[in-house]
Amino acid sequence: MNPAQPYLFLAAALFIIGMAGALARRNAILALVGIELMLNAANLSFVAFWRHGPHPDPQTGLMFALFSIAIAGAEAAVGLALIIALFRHRRSVSLEAAESLKG
Amino acid sequence: MHAIATHIWLIPLLPLLAAGVVALLPKRASTAAIGLATGSMGLALVLSLAAFLATLGGHADGAAHATHIGNFDWFRLGTGSVRLGFLLDPLGAVMLVMVSFVGLLIFIFSIGYMAHDPNRTRFFCFLALFASAMLGVVVANSLLLLFACWEVMGVASYLLIGFWYHKPSAAVAAKKAFLVTRIGDIGLFLGMLWMYHATGTLLFFDDGRGCLEADALTQLGGTAVRGGLTAATGIALLLLVGAIGKSGQVPLHVWLPDAMEGPTPVSALIHAATMVAAGVFLVARVFPLMTGGVDTPVGEGTSVALQAVAGVGALTAVFAACLAVAQQDIKRILAYSTVSQLGYMFLGLGTGGVAVGMFHLITHAFFKALLFLGAGSVIHGCHEQQDIRWMGGLRRLMPVTYATYAVGMMALAGVPLFFSGFWSKDEILHAAWSWAPSRWPFVLGVVGAFLTAFYMTRQMAEVFFGQYRGGVRPHVGHGIPEATHGGTAGGVHESPGVMTVPLVLLAGSTLVLGWLGTPAWPWFEAYLNGHSAHLDFGRLAAAWPMMLVSVVVVALGIGTGWWVYGRRSRVGATAPDPLESQFPRIFRGLQARLYVDELYDATVVRLHHVVSMVCGWMDELVLGGLVTLVGLGSRLAAFSARSLDELLVNLGFDAGCASTRWGGRGFSWLQNGSAQRYLGGLGLGLATLAILVLWGWRHG
Amino acid sequence: MTPWFLLFGGLVVVGALGAMALRNPVHCGLSLVVTFVGLAGTYLDLGADFLGLAQILVYVGAVAILLVFVMLLTRTGRGESPEVRPGGWWWGGLVAALVAVGLVGALASVSGWKPRSEPMTFPTVRDLGVALMTDFVLPLQLVGVVLTAAMIGAAILALPERRGGRVGRTPKGEEPEQ
Repeated sequence: MNPAQPYLFLAAALFIIGMAGALARRNAILALVGIELMLNAANLSFVAFWRHGPHPDPQTGLMFALFSIAIAGAEAAVGLALIIALFRHRRSVSLEAAESLKG
Repeated sequence: MHAIATHIWLIPLLPLLAAGVVALLPKRASTAAIGLATGSMGLALVLSLAAFLATLGGHADGAAHATHIGNFDWFRLGTGSVRLGFLLDPLGAVMLVMVSFVGLLIFIFSIGYMAHDPNRTRFFCFLALFASAMLGVVVANSLLLLFACWEVMGVASYLLIGFWYHKPSAAVAAKKAFLVTRIGDIGLFLGMLWMYHATGTLLFFDDGRGCLEADALTQLGGTAVRGGLTAATGIALLLLVGAIGKSGQVPLHVWLPDAMEGPTPVSALIHAATMVAAGVFLVARVFPLMTGGVDTPVGEGTSVALQAVAGVGALTAVFAACLAVAQQDIKRILAYSTVSQLGYMFLGLGTGGVAVGMFHLITHAFFKALLFLGAGSVIHGCHEQQDIRWMGGLRRLMPVTYATYAVGMMALAGVPLFFSGFWSKDEILHAAWSWAPSRWPFVLGVVGAFLTAFYMTRQMAEVFFGQYRGGVRPHVGHGIPEATHGGTAGGVHESPGVMTVPLVLLAGSTLVLGWLGTPAWPWFEAYLNGHSAHLDFGRLAAAWPMMLVSVVVVALGIGTGWWVYGRRSRVGATAPDPLESQFPRIFRGLQARLYVDELYDATVVRLHHVVSMVCGWMDELVLGGLVTLVGLGSRLAAFSARSLDELLVNLGFDAGCASTRWGGRGFSWLQNGSAQRYLGGLGLGLATLAILVLWGWRHG
Repeated sequence: MTPWFLLFGGLVVVGALGAMALRNPVHCGLSLVVTFVGLAGTYLDLGADFLGLAQILVYVGAVAILLVFVMLLTRTGRGESPEVRPGGWWWGGLVAALVAVGLVGALASVSGWKPRSEPMTFPTVRDLGVALMTDFVLPLQLVGVVLTAAMIGAAILALPERRGGRVGRTPKGEEPEQ
């Protein structure tokens, strides 16, 4: 057992929970929440590797996480705007209301 | 050589061009059409005269120079080439002058005669076409070119006879003329083919290689086909068939009288002066062939072909003269007389050679054109009345026509000394008398001469003497109806100058021409044979017994005619003919043209019907069945092809389509629009990849 | 494995489970805040101070609040009948379990982990600022562009459409009655 592993397991758990939720919830907002959780799991891995990784690079892992957070912010903003637009069209935030794009 | 000789082709070309241009003119441009046609004909006459003079000039140098030939390649075919050519020799030159002169006069006459016809433009187009074809026949130096012009002439003749096509009789007559002459043309065509097969050329004269020159003639005369005939005789007989058809000789004479349905100038042009003469001209042209390729002295007549010519001619001369006696239609009488005179020409050709026959052709052309145009003038004056029973007394009403007609009549009848017909007919009888093989042609000729004088006297008496009987028009006439007029003779008038001037000119020619061929001064014969004539009254003395016979016969004919018809003129139009009351059966038989048409109806036409019916059955049953069979076969093939298509091709295609659609349905199930399903797919892919990498690491 | 790790890790897992499994979306949002706070604590425990603060600021202060706002905005009042698709947990659980097998298997199989060769130096905020302005200046600018585009896009997407305005996002005749 190396020092990074508990954090990695934690990140894995967070990822799996987020994924299960994103797949199972029908509310678009909560699916988005699940995706946010998965993203945070990735962030956690970055930080864990930065802290306990073998290379002496002082900043790269942190920078990854930092940019990831920024991107996640943008993603949340656009995703929520989409949800609002969807709601305006369908009067619902159910993902089943957005299934018209199909073969 | 004169320039005209090398440009002899201009003569037929001019009327042809005129015909072409006139054909393009609108109907109302009749003045232009008349001007063009007549002008071209006038030019052709000038050129013809020039050509004639050129041949005269050549005389001094001898016979060889009198003939000018211009040959050219029509088209090349493999190693050989088909060659055509033009020819100017005395025979052609004299024909050229005759045709263009008579033709021009007839054109001029037509201007007056057709003045009221709305289709004048068309008429002059056909007329010019016809004249062009005739001139082409005359100058052709190739049997092929001659044949082509010959056929164009047939077409033009058809068009002109049927010019008043709204008259059913005219349409029928045109068809009849076309078909009957076609029978003759088949003979001519076969003869032409045989000629080409045997000699390899259709040129008449080609510097020793032509088919009428010594080499070819010797070869043809030496080639024996079955029955003891030589190839020369066979070809000559076939060509004779063509000539018989065109010249209306027995037994193909039936079309000529019917052809009188056309306008009278047409009758004059075609059925007197030119076209019917083409047959005679053809025989004269190929005369070296007719003699069987052997240079027999004139009068011996040993060749089979010439015997046939003479026999046909003699028979026709009498036969047609008999029919002419009983006809009531002024033009029909002349038509039969034409047939009869053509018979004389054949007789002359057969017994006396080219000069004798051609002399009669030339003189006859003038006086027969004169007679026809005179008849046209009479018809015109009598308001399209053609039946001589309804005429009479025109002597006082139409003096110019009367005088000129009398000249023509006397020429035709053979009144001595001043009339050309006397000299030419006398020569024929003379030749027939001295013909070795048989005396029958002479006897028939004499009988024919008697009949000719008789029926011409009858006609004169009926038309010009006695009282005018046209006051009441019959409904059964040959003329165009609907021209009602009252009064006894008030409607009858002399024709205008444009019509009488040609008559006078023709009458003058008739009087003059006879002197060109008297026994004392046989200029015409000498001219044709290429040596100069000498005045020698001794020959006249030698010929006088024959002339005496001829004079007696003519006098008898005229006297009988006058005794029967002129002595006591007919009282009314419906009164029976004196001959009819005397010999009703014979007269009616003659009137019905000896039932030749009926005979043809019963034999040839019926046979034709039967053959057509058989052909129809053949067509329907055998060919139709065959066609149906082929149709069924193709339907079967199409059916099997369709089945193949549907079962193999389409099924395969359909299966492909179905699988594509099935696959599409499967994939479209995947593409269900649910984002979460896609995300699940991503997750599955990730898991699979992770597991694979994991285990691959371990075991790889 | 420090007590802090256990505490914050527990917060994270419990908060995440709550965020995904609670019925009421607003409760889910609040539970998500708990998760974010736990993550921030974990970052601090790992020595990434600035990142932990940023996590609090961005996620708790912005994203979570935004989420709750959207939840409130999109309430229809007719109740989100069933919150989970039929069989959704089965599907989600199956896929998640498979991914878990992969991840956990991978993590568990790791061996021969090298310890750090030299002592850890924790960068100060100043160091991070310098690094952002030097080595990472291009990504920083790009992130700025991305954020600007996202902001404009989000604003356009969320703007109430005017009658006769820009076309394209609303099928004709389906103008929502706001």
